[in-house]
Amino acid sequence: MGSDVRIVIVGASLAGVRAAEALRGQGFDGSLTLIGDEPYEPYDRPPLSKAVLLGIMPPDHAALPYRSDLDAKWLLGVRATTLDLENNRVVLSDGDAVEFDKVLIATGVRARPWSNSSEAALDGVFTVRTCDDSRRLNERLSAGPRHVLVIGAGFTGSEIASVCRERGLSVTVTERGPAPLVGALGGVVAAVAADMQRDHGVDLRTGVTVTGLDGDSDGRLCRAHLSGGTALDVDVAIVAQGSIRNTDWLAGSGLAAGPRGVTCDAGCRAFDINGIVTDNVFVAGDVARQPHPLYDYQLLALEHWGNAIGQAEVAAHNMIHDGLRRRPHLEIPAFWSSQFGVNIKSVGIPTYSDQVVITQGSVADRRFVAAYGFRGRVTAAVAFNQGKWLDFYRGLIESAAEFPPDFDVMDRADPFEVRPSELPDPAVLSHGPTVAVTGHLPTERRVEFVSLPK
Amino acid sequence: MIDVKLVVDLNRCQGYAQCVFLAPDVFTLHGEEALLYDAGPADGEREHVSQAAAACPVHAITTDLPVHHDGE
Ligand SMILES: Cc1cc2nc3c(=O)[nH]c(=O)nc-3n(C[C@H](O)[C@H](O)[C@H](O)COP(=O)(O)OP(=O)(O)OC[C@H]3O[C@@H](n4cnc5c(N)ncnc54)[C@H](O)[C@@H]3O)c2cc1C
Ligand code: SF4
Repeated sequence: MGSDVRIVIVGASLAGVRAAEALRGQGFDGSLTLIGDEPYEPYDRPPLSKAVLLGIMPPDHAALPYRSDLDAKWLLGVRATTLDLENNRVVLSDGDAVEFDKVLIATGVRARPWSNSSEAALDGVFTVRTCDDSRRLNERLSAGPRHVLVIGAGFTGSEIASVCRERGLSVTVTERGPAPLVGALGGVVAAVAADMQRDHGVDLRTGVTVTGLDGDSDGRLCRAHLSGGTALDVDVAIVAQGSIRNTDWLAGSGLAAGPRGVTCDAGCRAFDINGIVTDNVFVAGDVARQPHPLYDYQLLALEHWGNAIGQAEVAAHNMIHDGLRRRPHLEIPAFWSSQFGVNIKSVGIPTYSDQVVITQGSVADRRFVAAYGFRGRVTAAVAFNQGKWLDFYRGLIESAAEFPPDFDVMDRADPFEVRPSELPDPAVLSHGPTVAVTGHLPTERRVEFVSLPK
Repeated sequence: MIDVKLVVDLNRCQGYAQCVFLAPDVFTLHGEEALLYDAGPADGEREHVSQAAAACPVHAITTDLPVHHDGE
């Protein structure tokens, strides 16, 4: 593409940086600008709830490697406040504006804060999304708190509870749903996660919410109130209630952007509010919401590392290719988590299922594979300390293989019992799902664009 | 100041532990197969990290060091 073309990437994290690399890698020689509101070089987030808190990695070591010949203009520590599609420019918090021919939206998500802002401001209340969050929490955990509370047993909350136990700290986890990770993995597999937590000495309380946090006269967190009327003395609370998509700056832009993300087509091109695809606005990473043919063209919003990279590469390719040379993002979703010494890996969309069967290994040993099916087809698989099998299951998902799977596997589970996958209503979870199937419509005018009359 | 930058694609990693063997102060297995690592090790690890990246059978390790995979 000609060297007079200007590409601007908003959000200088995983998706933004990988898109920039892919653009240069595919020969784009025009001007490239990355805008990021964090004052740091792009860094990797998964270690923030794992290696950093375990002391294996200092918090300032998470910077992402990228090609040395990126030749990009970095605007760091400055926020994009408006996307002006009349004049094709991004307006910045410092008053400047940057013009573009094509723009990539990669602004990701932020941690959902504790809903009561004065309680959220208490010393000892944390969320974990940024390297500063992780550094501060690490310092506090190192100071040896008496009792830690984790609010919400999604992946981040469960990983942090695991770290606390490994550090010998006493920890309570509250989850409004029936088990940890249930929103992502369903009830059958989540029951294993619950056992894992309890075996490691976590005080796990399911079906429970935190109704309030108290501070002492110095503004330090000292107590948490739980539904049902009990109170706990705690000096640290980690709020792990999912995330909020960073789409506020797109209000009024005319794009199909709202609380569920920015809707785009399979080629990462953003939709406008009328559901018409744009040609110069692209989306990638946690902020994106994209249809997937294998999942009935449902719009998927995935907060997964691998998804951010896959979409970044497709968006970059399509920003500099036209027509039939454009590519779709059809990768099967995948993620990992490590907690309580177990490597959890997933391919496909476990929530897109009605049944589940443990196919290999043993739940009691915490070494197993669970296959998920929907209307007779394999749609996902989850492995606990059996990651090596997942490529095989990815093949089954890609070929829409029959469910329950009918094959000879090593270490076949016994009994081979097909059960309902027990997916809860996402509304009952205390954390947002990191995998969200968000319905067919690219625009939900009623929900997202019309304010209620006063 | 970070001397070496690296990242591991843990979707791709199969826990073969080649990297743990070659750069034990950078990579570590947590439990049976969960890999944890220091993504910004000191300069002294440069050679080890480079060897680990080259030895990973699934090419899951990306660094900002010069690449010398066989055949790449
Ligand atoms: C603690 C933690 C653990 C995780 N563990 C795993 C894991 O084990 N496995 C897994 O698959 N995934 C994991 N993830 C998810 C993974 O990190 C994300 O999927 C990934 O970071 C998404 O990248 P992104 O670039 O889309 O968004 P982000 O990383 O959120 O980056 C968006 C960037 O844009 C910036 N920004 C936002 N608004 C603006 C604006 N208006 N102007 C300028 N800049 C803006 C943000 O500050 C941020 O720097 C984890 C995430 C966290 C937080
Ligand atoms: S050598 Fe590669 S596959 Fe093996 S543990 Fe290291 S990163 Fe993972």
